[in-house]
Amino acid sequence: MVQDIIFTKQRLINLAIIITAIWFTWFAQNFFDEYTVRIINNVAIFIILAVSYNLINGVTGQFSLEPNGFVAIGAYVTAILLVDAEAMEYQYYIEDPYPWVLALQTNFLWALILSGVISALLALSLSFPVFRVRGDYLAIVTLGFGFIIRILAINSPEITNGSLGINDIPEYSNLYWTGGIAILTVMAILNIIYSKFGRAMKAVRDDEDAATAMGINTFKIKTLAFTTSAFFEGVGGGLLAALLTSISPDLFTFFLTFQLLIIIVLGGLGSTTGAILGTIFVMAGLEWMRFLDEPMDFMGIQTDAMPGMRMVVFSLILIVVMLFAREGLMGKKELKDLFKKKKANK
Amino acid sequence: MILEVCNVTKKFGGVTAIKDTSFHVKAKEIYGLIGPNGAGKTTMFNIITGNYEPTEGSIKFHGQKIDGIKPHKIVHRGIARTFQNIRLFKSMTVLENILIGFDYQASYTYFEAILRLPRFFKEEKRVRQRAFEIMQVLGIAEFADEMATSLSYGQQRKVEIARALAANPQLLLLDEPAAGMNPNETNELAELFFKIRDEFDITILLIEHDMKFVNKLCDRVMVLDYGKTIFEGDIKDAIKDEEVIKAYLGDFKHA
Repeated sequence: MVQDIIFTKQRLINLAIIITAIWFTWFAQNFFDEYTVRIINNVAIFIILAVSYNLINGVTGQFSLEPNGFVAIGAYVTAILLVDAEAMEYQYYIEDPYPWVLALQTNFLWALILSGVISALLALSLSFPVFRVRGDYLAIVTLGFGFIIRILAINSPEITNGSLGINDIPEYSNLYWTGGIAILTVMAILNIIYSKFGRAMKAVRDDEDAATAMGINTFKIKTLAFTTSAFFEGVGGGLLAALLTSISPDLFTFFLTFQLLIIIVLGGLGSTTGAILGTIFVMAGLEWMRFLDEPMDFMGIQTDAMPGMRMVVFSLILIVVMLFAREGLMGKKELKDLFKKKKANK
Repeated sequence: MILEVCNVTKKFGGVTAIKDTSFHVKAKEIYGLIGPNGAGKTTMFNIITGNYEPTEGSIKFHGQKIDGIKPHKIVHRGIARTFQNIRLFKSMTVLENILIGFDYQASYTYFEAILRLPRFFKEEKRVRQRAFEIMQVLGIAEFADEMATSLSYGQQRKVEIARALAANPQLLLLDEPAAGMNPNETNELAELFFKIRDEFDITILLIEHDMKFVNKLCDRVMVLDYGKTIFEGDIKDAIKDEEVIKAYLGDFKHA
């Protein structure tokens, strides 16, 4: 059948992309300078966050504002599990840490897995009250959830060291970890999207009543999408903690969610390719535009340093993109849809 | 007896949408639910599919009570429906739309999908083949990879019917399938329904306004007016019945 041939061809292309991505990760880690590696690390982590955020927000169409809460949980869980007792006792001078906080200690892999699992369990418990009713309750509840997590982090110094945050987290994150997990995340999310579960998620987004009338348990599908994205956001948070080596509640404000929302809307809500492109565009673009903040010599006109200038230019670019590509860079299309289009035109 | 509706009453606040209505549908039958606008036909559909719970009375499917069961579970029991205004999933192709109907029949778990284990491929292949079979019966196989909403109105209807058939129903509920179609298309559709009934071995319950269409297609009908049953029985008697004529054309005596 024609279908099978397309399947195999698609799989070969996928394999090629994965091998290229792995090779690039290895190459970048070994040959790029420290500053570039740092940016690529950041991009990789944000790809994890954006792609998983896109699953609930874009693919399932449930407007949610949760990432900062789950990233914070992931980051704190990883930090607590990685920092050893001696370093903790030295840092925690607001309150003495609880004995169990001191005792918990694992390697990096387990810390990441636990970060994801704890985020996912919290998401699961949130989804029971939220998805029982329809409407925009998810946005309100998740917005509140983000604030609550931050306030809890500030007000429980026995666990999180309060507003001082946790420092001296061992710097385990390198491109092998961030890039590797980013590749695995994208593969997992794409595997979900191109299965009956992904189809059901899109069906819920397009028309919830019709989805129910086709025998889809919409509550279960929404819960699956939400829990899955919380899992990967927790893992991403863990990677972030081990990359930055110090975390504090201020890192996980609503701005983080806002940034991810810009990324996925810019890339095209519902498109995984779009989420990846959006991340590269926003994260790398913001770095590259740093020169705008510095004093400039523009066609003979000398200007002083203008801190914040790059944000002005960046916002202008965003407006232009949204004016000319209403659905984002990719719309709802994926990479393979672009190939299909080209063939049809020829 | 595949479907039994026993003394169903549905009230929305002070409004009685359906009043003490009973009827039954036999296996392999094409049963029509007719009546003027606002008679409560679509409400009846929503009660059968579990979207509304009846205020009084009960619904039995294969002798088992199904009122109070969640809508998606009723689909699993074997009742599928189409909508009055076509409701296809607009971001999906025709094939994907139909695959949605197979959702509960493709038996692989979430983790099997993420890890792409053998059962995923086996099941996906199976449901895709079944989807193509259904598309071939309805004559829409050539549009498989086109966006569902880019098709013509008549084709979209067929896609919606194919999607409902994919859910493997024993009872198919069709809400005004011939709405907005010209006489030629209507005739073609009637033939299609006979074909579907024989090919998939199913019972059809449909709502329709087009009396010619109903006359051609249905074995028995029920006529509703303002939530009340005014006629139940053979279609040939229905069009001669005084009450039915009154409901459709108005009461001449008082005019």
